Amino acid sequence: MSLAKNIPNPLREKYPEEVQAIFDKYPVKRSAVMPLLYLAQREGGYITKEGMADIASMLDLDVTQVASIVGFYTLYHDEKAGKYRMQVCNDLPCALRGADQFLESLCQNLGIQVGETTPDGLVTLEAVTCLAACDKAPMFQLQEGDKLTYYENMSVDRTLELVTALKAIGPQGTYGGEAK
Amino acid sequence: MSYILLRHRDIPNIKDIEVYAKHGGFESLKKVVTSMQSQQVVDEVKASGLRGRGGAGFPTGVKWSFLPNNIWPHYVVCNADESEPGTFKDREIMENNPFQFLEGVAIACYGVGAAEGYVYLRGEFKQLQVFLDECILQMHAAGLLGDNLFGSSYSLKIKTHLGAGAYICGEETALLESIEGKRGQPRVRPPFPAVVGLYGKPTVINNVETLTNLPQIIEKGAGWYKGLGTDKSAGVKIFSLSGNINNPGNYELPLGTTFRELIFNYGGGIPNGHKLRAIMPAGASSSIIRIDDSTFDKVMDTKMDYENVQSVGSLLGSASVIIIDDTHSMDWVIDKTVHFFKHESCGKCTPCRDGNYWMLHIVERIHAGHGTNADLLLLKNVANQVNGKCLCALGDFSTMAVTSALERFPEDFAAICPDASAGVHSTLKA
Repeated sequence: MSLAKNIPNPLREKYPEEVQAIFDKYPVKRSAVMPLLYLAQREGGYITKEGMADIASMLDLDVTQVASIVGFYTLYHDEKAGKYRMQVCNDLPCALRGADQFLESLCQNLGIQVGETTPDGLVTLEAVTCLAACDKAPMFQLQEGDKLTYYENMSVDRTLELVTALKAIGPQGTYGGEAK
Repeated sequence: MSYILLRHRDIPNIKDIEVYAKHGGFESLKKVVTSMQSQQVVDEVKASGLRGRGGAGFPTGVKWSFLPNNIWPHYVVCNADESEPGTFKDREIMENNPFQFLEGVAIACYGVGAAEGYVYLRGEFKQLQVFLDECILQMHAAGLLGDNLFGSSYSLKIKTHLGAGAYICGEETALLESIEGKRGQPRVRPPFPAVVGLYGKPTVINNVETLTNLPQIIEKGAGWYKGLGTDKSAGVKIFSLSGNINNPGNYELPLGTTFRELIFNYGGGIPNGHKLRAIMPAGASSSIIRIDDSTFDKVMDTKMDYENVQSVGSLLGSASVIIIDDTHSMDWVIDKTVHFFKHESCGKCTPCRDGNYWMLHIVERIHAGHGTNADLLLLKNVANQVNGKCLCALGDFSTMAVTSALERFPEDFAAICPDASAGVHSTLKA
């Protein structure tokens, strides 16, 4: 018997209706793993070992199988980062419209490198692959828990204004803003 | 000509279910369910000449006819994973004309006798999933989904499934694995999804744009659709235009529109007085078309359809046309594309996983100015070892830009690889 069998199901206790809706949706239980992982990530922005074990026990999977899914897909995280992940696309079409310079300027203004988090723990700056918004570069998505918001046709100034707004809200609040 | 797919540009509030219904919406679904046999729907789609808009261009009706009639249930899965760098058409359709898209999914389900349809959205389309789920609920409330549609014995559900960031999930068998709650890694074929697909059952997988054509094809007839576009490439296509272009965006045009019309009439040409140097007509997966004084007119007069783009050494694919001007060097371009494919290789098969790892090392070295002629030859060699040797097309795609850049833009590499003299370097030419 795996470790997973012996622990309670905090996710089901926390979000009983959403978990049940996810289970009802699919004819095969295992298909629930991806939506459950999003749910597990909602609050802290990443999925803990305990969270993976919880999901594994609900789905009769090994923790390793759940962890392999977390590792495979880029929108799941197994490490704590900033409250917001600012994910700038710098693939070829965006780069042809200045995404690399945009990203570099953000780094300079925020005083961090790509992959790093601002000292207040709020914003982690990341470079990602194509987000299907090539005609509206420079652009990025803001990931907060299981929420994602697109920001398109962005300038460095407007992005820094957004960062200022996020800092004003602080670590406890939630932004959840509409795409600009 | 009025729009067939991007109809929100003619009818701004078409994302409102009542507005869509007022403009003929759901009449096609009602027509197929109440007055046509499934086989008649398949025949109509075959006769329309509609081909898959996700990139492969396979005839849609023919694809449907591969599902066996002695294994049930059947599933329809819509590929809304739109992840090819340079492609952003499906998102515009789903955000703005969602009911025509969902009606298309429903017609496909009826055509292949499926009682369930899945829409697989890339994880970044989280907000779109919320929106489409609302649209699906509205259709249920209006009796357009659910049990006994239009008083018939046919019942249908449509569900959305959200990915979580993986280009490979646009590959149809990887997509199925992902819905099944696994890592998105392609399956070995055969068996093909038409026989062993989602949950082991016969499955048809179609792109968003493909399905969005269906309501109009049923409404106006296969003959009408076949009359658009060219003989072998019927209908309209959404061209996603990006890169160094004055007016980037989606353009819905008949297949067979020339590069000149797209780039200079619709796209407004190249900004800042620069010259057009290269085109990638199928996104990052393209062979790069070289444009110079000797090839300009030939390429510009080439019709963009499934056949003719090959005559200038590339493919139409999903028609994600990336424009590159003369300020960019091809070592930079392939540094970008190889970074992408190295990141997105799923790791299942060795040539793609290791090949892209090594291609990235070599390309980075060359791009940084530390390359030698031996690196150029090695890069070409590695690309050849990947191409044609992988489980899915991602491996092949990863080599297209590399191989074509080396062959068609030798001067870019000679300029940064000191010992790549014209004579030695010419061994790179095929």
